[in-house]
Amino acid sequence: MADDILRIRTPIGIDYTWSSGPGSVGYMRGLENGKLLGRRCPVCELVYFPPRNGVCPRCGVLLADEVEVGPRGTITTFCVVNVPFLGQTIKIPYVAATILLDGADIGMQHLIQECEAADVRMGMRVEPVWRDKSLWTPSLENIMYYKPSDEPDADFDVYARHL
Amino acid sequence: MAPLRLFYPYDRTVGSTVGRFLTSLANKKIEGTRGLDGIVHVPPAEFDPATGAPLTEWVVVGNAGEVLTWSWQPEPFADNTLQQPFAWALIRLDGADTPMLHAVRVGSEKDMASGMRVRAVWADEPTPSITTIMCFEPEHGHG
Amino acid sequence: MRDVAIVAYIEGQNTAATSQTPVEMIVPVIHEILKRANVERSDIDFWCHGSCDYMTGQPFSFVSAVDALGAWPPIMESHVEMDGAWALYEAWVKIQTGEAETALVFGNGKSSAGDMNRALTLQLDPYVVAPLWPGFRALEAMGARAAIEAGTVTERQMAEVVSRSLRDASDNPNVLAYGYRDPDELLDEPMTANPLRAHDCPAMADGVSAMIMTTADRALEMCDRPAWIRGIDHRIDFQNLGLRDLGRSNSAALAAFHAGVTKDKVDVAELHATHSHHEVILAQSMGIDRSTTRMMPSGGALVANPLMAAGLARFGQAARQIFKGNADRAVAHAAQGACLQQNIVAVLEGN
Repeated sequence: MADDILRIRTPIGIDYTWSSGPGSVGYMRGLENGKLLGRRCPVCELVYFPPRNGVCPRCGVLLADEVEVGPRGTITTFCVVNVPFLGQTIKIPYVAATILLDGADIGMQHLIQECEAADVRMGMRVEPVWRDKSLWTPSLENIMYYKPSDEPDADFDVYARHL
Repeated sequence: MAPLRLFYPYDRTVGSTVGRFLTSLANKKIEGTRGLDGIVHVPPAEFDPATGAPLTEWVVVGNAGEVLTWSWQPEPFADNTLQQPFAWALIRLDGADTPMLHAVRVGSEKDMASGMRVRAVWADEPTPSITTIMCFEPEHGHG
Repeated sequence: MRDVAIVAYIEGQNTAATSQTPVEMIVPVIHEILKRANVERSDIDFWCHGSCDYMTGQPFSFVSAVDALGAWPPIMESHVEMDGAWALYEAWVKIQTGEAETALVFGNGKSSAGDMNRALTLQLDPYVVAPLWPGFRALEAMGARAAIEAGTVTERQMAEVVSRSLRDASDNPNVLAYGYRDPDELLDEPMTANPLRAHDCPAMADGVSAMIMTTADRALEMCDRPAWIRGIDHRIDFQNLGLRDLGRSNSAALAAFHAGVTKDKVDVAELHATHSHHEVILAQSMGIDRSTTRMMPSGGALVANPLMAAGLARFGQAARQIFKGNADRAVAHAAQGACLQQNIVAVLEGN
């Protein structure tokens, strides 16, 4: 039969109770209070923000002390998003960047706004723009985006090993 | 802790054998394939289970058949075709040799027994899906 | 064939619901197993992991699990979307091919993350079975009825399995169900998924199991009495339930035959029977005499079922019986899929 169906839609929905784990409690409580709290590996002493499941992947040990990082940081790398996609909430073109927060040893991803996409560069110094305090939740979404902090660019050596 | 729902709207290609089976279901016709040993598989087997040869001979089977084994589902999931306590059964349709899984609508588990006869109940809206058979129920009304 | 032995085995604490992430659960278990075998990370030349993303509720959770291993400098590792027992099989093959000498195998599951009865539906045929959302319990219950009506299993046998498992669990600190229940008393309980009663179904758990396997060159350095894998095999039945006799397990029978189960007497068996009727079906299919073999001294998967770790736990618990000198010859088994579809069987010996 030529007109037999060829495809079916089989949606799958599963409900979970998600636990971020004890290793991330401090990180989320910090965000709730406008603080960026990372954690230090007791072996290699690198500071992780976010604390990645509370584990140092290099050493395979649970992270230890909480360390306040940022709020300012350095753009290590970035991309300019020109492609529209379903569910997009930001006007294109916009910039998504990896930011090495001051005091942290891994980059984190966030948006760069309040400047032309063409002006964003590696080494650019940025600072967070927070949502209104009444809207804060235990989430990195409390920071709407990062914007240039108008400091001189960081030296390449500062972020070279984070590329 | 927070609730999390993962949802995947999978779109699956079904191939010619399952495609024909589902298309026939949308026309309220149940058919299967005949294996090299003469066994009629419903749902259809794409390949002969013993030899791996592609199966191409189609056989129309009945809308009713016999319960081979069953179990009781006291609380339905939201995406079950029945939203009341019901039975699951392996049902061997008339003319088929292998049984298929489906839901059986009965008043209580006391109405279920292996060997009982059940008949397909079709959904109001025909769709090319196994769920276009909404369920089965006892052939002579509720037991 | 190279002689390969299990030399160390440990379990993380089984809990009904942990607030830890899977990675946080795994880290201390990896530390502990290395300590148990008195080896360093650098002594492990193959790492193999079994888990299931659909159960964790996190796509690519198996990748984040590598964080628990300290994978720097880079390590050789692999993952199976199966119980850790299949990771053991992969590690065994890796050692046989000479690509590794010492392997660390682990399995983990967080059953409390969601409704596992529903999530396990996703193992089924996605075209004409899974869209009905039968759940797993319903299928196991149909299998139990098929076995009961075929006369291969009786409800009393099922109750006796539960009674013995709960009693044995009283000596195991890492279980979620235990106690002294008379079979008659168990048979008086109501059915929750006819013909299954609540106690015929496993106590779901969050847990981790881990073991170290190595070759003859190093086994005696790591363990006084290693559990030598003398035979191992795994086989798969049709996915289509309608093609199978649910009252027995052909693939368990074949795997047991090829692993050499019946070549000699079996002192201890640790079978991955998540439902009470499975034990009877498996023993019959595999040729194990339940009256002369000590069945599941740990209490088995009925009393603690951390998904994706419970099968590997059977291998570990069987190995422990060898380590302790309680058994000279033990059979370990793990199953996956609906109604004992896939089965892996190993014969472990102390000498």
